[in-house]
Amino acid sequence: MSESLLALYVFVLACFIGYYVIWGVTPSLHTPLVALTNAISGIVVVGALLVAGSEQAGIGTELLGFLAVLLASINVFGGFLVTHRMLSMFKKKAK
Amino acid sequence: MEFSVNTQAVAYLVSAILFIFALKGLTHPASARRGNFYGMLGMVIAVAATLLGHEVRSYGFIIAGVAGGAVIGTILAMRIQMTAMPQLVAALHSFVGLAAVLVAIGTFINTGHPGAVMMGELSAGVIIGAITCTGSVIAFGKLQGLLSGAPVKFTGQHLLNAALGIATIGLGVHFAMTGAVWALAIMTLLAFVIGVTLIIPIGGADMPVVISMLNSYSGWAAAATGFTLHNNLLIIVGALVGFSGAILSFIMCKAMNRSIINVVFGGFGSGDETGDPSAGAQAAQRGVKSSSVEDAVYWMEDANKVIIIPGYGMAVAQAQHSCKELMEQLEARGVEVRFAIHPVAGRMPGHMNVLLAEADIPYDRVLEMDEINPEFPGADVALVVGANDVVNPAAKEDKTSPIYGMPILEAGKARQVFFLKRSMRPGYSGVDNLLFYRENTSLVFGDAKDTIEGMVNALKGSAH
Repeated sequence: MSESLLALYVFVLACFIGYYVIWGVTPSLHTPLVALTNAISGIVVVGALLVAGSEQAGIGTELLGFLAVLLASINVFGGFLVTHRMLSMFKKKAK
Repeated sequence: MEFSVNTQAVAYLVSAILFIFALKGLTHPASARRGNFYGMLGMVIAVAATLLGHEVRSYGFIIAGVAGGAVIGTILAMRIQMTAMPQLVAALHSFVGLAAVLVAIGTFINTGHPGAVMMGELSAGVIIGAITCTGSVIAFGKLQGLLSGAPVKFTGQHLLNAALGIATIGLGVHFAMTGAVWALAIMTLLAFVIGVTLIIPIGGADMPVVISMLNSYSGWAAAATGFTLHNNLLIIVGALVGFSGAILSFIMCKAMNRSIINVVFGGFGSGDETGDPSAGAQAAQRGVKSSSVEDAVYWMEDANKVIIIPGYGMAVAQAQHSCKELMEQLEARGVEVRFAIHPVAGRMPGHMNVLLAEADIPYDRVLEMDEINPEFPGADVALVVGANDVVNPAAKEDKTSPIYGMPILEAGKARQVFFLKRSMRPGYSGVDNLLFYRENTSLVFGDAKDTIEGMVNALKGSAH
């Protein structure tokens, strides 16, 4: 089995996990869900790190990588913090 | 210390599991914050495992990028107003999209000529990323009011989109086969253009679908990047996020009884509602009753149950805090107060819930459509704050109506309905609201926040 085919296996199975987990999310938390998925899609930072830190990288790709790391990091920090801010507001009953 | 490839793979697996638990946490508000921490931990592990791996050789740009991102991200997250959450989310989606494009191009430059399959995957990453990026920029512009919220339509639009789509995919295939840099460049450019042409025809109130859709795209972009880099963590997370957005899009479309095709290509609806000083006179001409704040207070203070229905108008007027005060005043009189949320109320999924939570309204008073609909016949007053189409009985009764079949909040079944409105203009769909003409409906004209504050003051004045 080729590496790409193996990746397809992982992808399809992960889709099933996504399907079942997301249907369980309560509608009242749909905005935090969007913000949290924003944060975790900042996982492209991993790709950005590989580009920016690669041995083969010239100054051009280092700059590309830097910009990608910057953008993805904004997502990671912004996403998790704003999710935390929102979730802290959901309270059952005052006092 | 340097991680071997296997250690790194195990760390990625742990990270993926933590992300799944993070999403799982959102099943209930009580477990949600813990979920968010799992997410943070997963991200820390993923980044650490990558940095400790053998591929990363230089750290200068990385440290600068992460530090810059941390500062900008933290400021954005702390400063943003809750009513502006849809804009923030749109902005963040565009960043993920652009980052995916940059990663794909950077990988191509670093690896030289990586083979047809990988270049195909790389093209997919570029195309999805670019569409996500400019599409989100347009969505941001519409939400922020920099662009008109009205759909932009012109003849040949669908033809243009189709032509662009075919050309882009054709160039992607050509690039994968030959590695021609010009094909990659033009493909990237065209994909950025498609992002614009795809989102401009979609109107302001369809933003819940647009946001969900772009959320989904940002996930697929991450997954495509994962395929390019043979990185399973990116593939798993991309699939999770992609499905999250897709399911939200589905829920939003279902709540409007429209297909995703209709939303994306339909160019549905008009612009946003604006104030009209002659609204009261127009209403009288058309046989609609208008009431004063005092009339509404008179009904509410002796009620057993009041159901408040917030819509985008509440967000625009920033009236959520006044709603909280109204709730407290009524509850002090023994009135039961509930909030009824339609799935597409506001500009993104769950928008109203966050605003009400911000105003410190306990979430057990806030009910979703299916939970609250059976309670309307037992309610004395339904108070509609800046919502319109989501309570329009035309959706159930008028087969010729464009909104026929859309599930609605059955506000009309309450004994008395008060609409807080700025004008007689119809809602987003452009459909006249049949509820206005009912015997038990009255409109209270004015800014929602001022009107509710007026109610609160009247209630305070008439304390028993």
